[in-house]
Amino acid sequence: MASKKRDVPEIPSGAMADIAFLLLIFFLVTTTIEADKGIKNTLPPMPDPTVEPQIVNNNNNILFVKINRADQILADGKIIEIGELRQLCKDFIDNNGVNPDWSESPQKAIISLKNDVLTSYDMYLQVQNEMRAAYRELREAYSLETYDTRYDLLDDEKLNEINKNVYRMMISEAEPNVSVVN
Amino acid sequence: MAKFSKKKKEQPAIQTSSLPDIVFMLLFFFMVATVIRQNPLQVRNKLPNATEITKIESKSLTEYIYIGAPKNTAAYGDAARIQLNDAFKNKEDVIPFVEEKRQEKEPKLRNKITFSLKVDYETKMGIVTDVKQELRKAEALKILYSARQRLEN
Repeated sequence: MASKKRDVPEIPSGAMADIAFLLLIFFLVTTTIEADKGIKNTLPPMPDPTVEPQIVNNNNNILFVKINRADQILADGKIIEIGELRQLCKDFIDNNGVNPDWSESPQKAIISLKNDVLTSYDMYLQVQNEMRAAYRELREAYSLETYDTRYDLLDDEKLNEINKNVYRMMISEAEPNVSVVN
Repeated sequence: MAKFSKKKKEQPAIQTSSLPDIVFMLLFFFMVATVIRQNPLQVRNKLPNATEITKIESKSLTEYIYIGAPKNTAAYGDAARIQLNDAFKNKEDVIPFVEEKRQEKEPKLRNKITFSLKVDYETKMGIVTDVKQELRKAEALKILYSARQRLEN
């Protein structure tokens, strides 16, 4: 009798699982494992008013791409569909002077992008995407041809060589200062 | 003896004493992985799709700028607005916002902040260009056009 009284009653732990489940479900519901992804871009610094803007003498080295308010794309003087843009950019960049109206070499090729105030963001991003895709495909092809390695498996040195010297991405965006006249 | 044979016939109960441990393990995983969204979204935010996607390097060095039409069109109209932190702001507020976010970081990391533009796909470019210009003025040049992964067709 005396020994029974001294026994400390065990805390019932049956409900422990229920409590833990409750917390678990709360966190399950509130969790957003959010990995932000997107197209990286570096904006140009604001132009210095004391420095004259650089003027490119040879207009052939620039591919003018414009998107109007109806989301139509004008590239190289023609209205094209979004699906044609990538190939056009590739041809233009990798022209190497074959077509006299296009770039002399990939190092000199510039893609100029201009959009209207009423262009949709979706179309703008698709165009940016296609331009980047064009560069990526050119780089991948060059990598396979020159180093016999896939582009994503290259070491840093070769990657730098391609990205900075061979196919340096030059996408220029028009200053939005003036009202756009179509 | 009779008692003995009875015990043998009983189905042994499944051990549930380790169940809390298992659940706690899961719980801790989700607690660590959870980011409770501090800023409720006030704008519509359906991101466009893209294929040339990169992941951000560091979550702590990323700040978000939301642009889109307000969710509550009855109260705020349907023109696209900028959301910084948790409230609608004008484009003039972008530079103070950038400064504020810089102050929160360690000095040597201040210029490494990426501003992620989470722009609704239906937004017109006018407001996006305005924000980009403000970011350039604030010398916040690293940006990310937030987008969802689309597979190459």
